[in-house]
Amino acid sequence: MTVLQVVALLAVAAGGTATVLVRDPVRQALVSGIFGLQLAFLFFAVQAPDVALSQIVVSTVAVPLMVLLTLVKLNRQEEDE
Amino acid sequence: MRLRPRLVIGTLVLCALGGLLVWAAADLTPFGTPSGDANAVTRALVHERHVANTVNGVTYDLRGLDTLGEELILFVAALGSAVLLRHGRGEAVEARSAEQEPGPRMGDTVRVAGTVLVGPLIVLGVYEVAHGHLGPGGGFQGGVILASGLLLVYAAGQVLALERVEPMALVEAAEATGALAYALVAVGGLVFSGAALFNFLPYGTTGQLLSSGTIVVLSVAVGVEVTGAVALILTELLDQTLLRGAA
Repeated sequence: MTVLQVVALLAVAAGGTATVLVRDPVRQALVSGIFGLQLAFLFFAVQAPDVALSQIVVSTVAVPLMVLLTLVKLNRQEEDE
Repeated sequence: MRLRPRLVIGTLVLCALGGLLVWAAADLTPFGTPSGDANAVTRALVHERHVANTVNGVTYDLRGLDTLGEELILFVAALGSAVLLRHGRGEAVEARSAEQEPGPRMGDTVRVAGTVLVGPLIVLGVYEVAHGHLGPGGGFQGGVILASGLLLVYAAGQVLALERVEPMALVEAAEATGALAYALVAVGGLVFSGAALFNFLPYGTTGQLLSSGTIVVLSVAVGVEVTGAVALILTELLDQTLLRGAA
């Protein structure tokens, strides 16, 4: 195991913990995006570029965006009521 | 009072799960040394199918049926969320016509970054879709990259342009076409070789753009389908919250 892989694993551990500890959903969506980027880096470091590529887009763009848009919609519904 | 038993049970379950994971990981082959099976698969795919990327050789050939199932799951998921989100569209349209608001204006930095990145991102996405059999990437990765290109158009503040072009019809057509193309290749294997998803096209030379038989065709089909599906989900969500929203 190389230094790069150890660093990537530690970053993933820190990022995962941070995602759980942040309680505000809006911030959590952004932190989970950063966590996803760390995961992509880990996949790249353990020679799985195919998985890393999909991880980058899905976890840093698609999922946080869907969470944010859903939150916007839910907040608006609450305002209307 | 309720918190304590919950904590105890949670800790116990997590410890048990951790123990199982360590037990399973201890039995794996040492890191960085593929087992004999993995080497055999790589050799078989390179020599028999002329595909340089083993991962996509497995995804679109050896396990092509699994990918067909996955692709249909994504198809149905996108369809389901579109149906759910369109349920509330009527009221939103009324709110919009009352205000005639063209949507929120993005910050200048976001607009410039979005405009600059949209071209390279689409080129990268098309490259990924077309070269899945040669290097890392493939239909799924390229498709998601292409769909996020649509997001950049939104980020660049081109909401009005998108509204005029009405990407919804195109996106829906892409999703359906991709799924249908994959199913047709599966049927093609049945017709030409007697087995569904059999690689019935000429394999060509390893490393050429037109090689690996149906693998590259399936990769492109999945690329079109994923672009459509992800773009459909995102367009519906954006449609509800950004375009027609009374923010």
